[in-house]
Amino acid sequence: MIEFKNVSKSFGMLTVLDNVSFTIEEGETFVIIGQSGAGKTTILRHIAGFFDPREGDVIIDGFKMNGASSAVRGRLREKMGFLFQSGALINWLTVRDNIALPLVEHRLGTPEEIDKIVDDRLEKLQLSDAADKMPSDISGGMKKRAGLARAIVRNPAIILYDEPTSGLDPVMSARINELIIEMQRDLGVTSVVVTHDMSSAYRIADRIAMLYRGSIVECGTPDEIRKSSNRIVQQFIEGKIEGPIET
Amino acid sequence: MFNNLKSALYKFFADTGARLLRQVEFSGFTLVLLFRTFFEMRFAFRKRREIVKQMYISGVKSMLVVTIVALFGGMILALHTGVEFLKYGQQEMVPVLMINIMNKEMGSFLTAIIITAFSGAAMAAELGTMKVSEEIDALEMMSINPVRFLVMPRIVSMMIMLPTLSIYTIVLGVTGGAIVSSFHLGIAPETYFHRLYESIWLKDMYVGLFKSFIFALIISSISCANGLKAENGALGVGRATRVSVVSSYLMVLISGYFITAFFYGGLV
Repeated sequence: MIEFKNVSKSFGMLTVLDNVSFTIEEGETFVIIGQSGAGKTTILRHIAGFFDPREGDVIIDGFKMNGASSAVRGRLREKMGFLFQSGALINWLTVRDNIALPLVEHRLGTPEEIDKIVDDRLEKLQLSDAADKMPSDISGGMKKRAGLARAIVRNPAIILYDEPTSGLDPVMSARINELIIEMQRDLGVTSVVVTHDMSSAYRIADRIAMLYRGSIVECGTPDEIRKSSNRIVQQFIEGKIEGPIET
Repeated sequence: MFNNLKSALYKFFADTGARLLRQVEFSGFTLVLLFRTFFEMRFAFRKRREIVKQMYISGVKSMLVVTIVALFGGMILALHTGVEFLKYGQQEMVPVLMINIMNKEMGSFLTAIIITAFSGAAMAAELGTMKVSEEIDALEMMSINPVRFLVMPRIVSMMIMLPTLSIYTIVLGVTGGAIVSSFHLGIAPETYFHRLYESIWLKDMYVGLFKSFIFALIISSISCANGLKAENGALGVGRATRVSVVSSYLMVLISGYFITAFFYGGLV
């Protein structure tokens, strides 16, 4: 379970999160939507322990992430996978070596066992043909899929997705959406997804939260969000220029 | 008028103070990084492949430049001093001077300068690019210690390669001196190397090697720290690279003076 308790965060004079509170249940897919710069990625980075809040607490499975020692952070991170927006592949390793990296570094199996797991993830994300290529030789979409393969290679309990479908073609976006749903259904993974892609949000979310100017203005099931009377939410999900959202 | 002056002064002191604080914070970060690297050296055997790869990048790949600079540096030094010594019929002092200067100072210093530009800048740029493209965050997410994975192999490889290249520079420098002595000063190679051999002092050799070892720690730790602190995309990587080269040069010069003063009695 992930709990945000009255979390505020500022960078210099700019307040990015203002008293944000929510709880994500185990096995839930929680989607955060909002404009660019609204603080969506900042929420993911708090969960991952890269940022400490100015006020409030971030609690992962009963342990406070903020202020935790690096050993505790390390243990909490072992339960998580993070799909970065750019994929964040190590540029001097092949796709295969990137995916195998956490298993190799933590010695989680013999080379044969590791190869088997990596082959499975490569196949799942249709990356078998690119296994021996370097990150500089593959497309942005493939980098993202390789990043996802690496994020799920240790079967984490929590997966954080930063814009998982941006830059992908509609077919591959649908494939990623199905994979997120599969992970939840088959393995009970808790997913926190930051996205602008409303069709993806409706498809995968158990609940959607809309972030506007550092605060959550609406949180509910996809149906509740669709029917929301909040004008900010309606303008955002319908992609209208006119409305209360300042562009 | 008075208010403008007051606010300008306030801004000046505030900016200077903030800059000073940033510098102190960065120095602390670099020292902590170095200590963490020493702690992570217990995994050096496990990371041997990465260390060897870094030795190849920082050492072997820079050998052509080191060869040219060392050879011609030695030739220039021998030519300048030889021409002066020749006026007084003391040209046989050239090998004595060459081995003394190369052993005590120029061997380690020349190599450090080349390696800073060649490998230090590359380290800062590489780690800086990894930082701004979230690769270091990705390592942390996988519970992989970036100091063990990235910094330790680079610092260890530099600790091995800089002293090794310094010896190479000394050998080539005095060889350059021998070429000039033979062609311009009329000193036979056997006389040159005989005088040179007579003038080798053990203390000069170990002080020179100690210096290059310290230079290796300085260059690699400053470069890695700058890379790990890079932010704001390509602009930040460029800045980190520039700052790492300038800081390394300054610290090599300053520490070089203090090591010389410590071993040769100037610190009293």
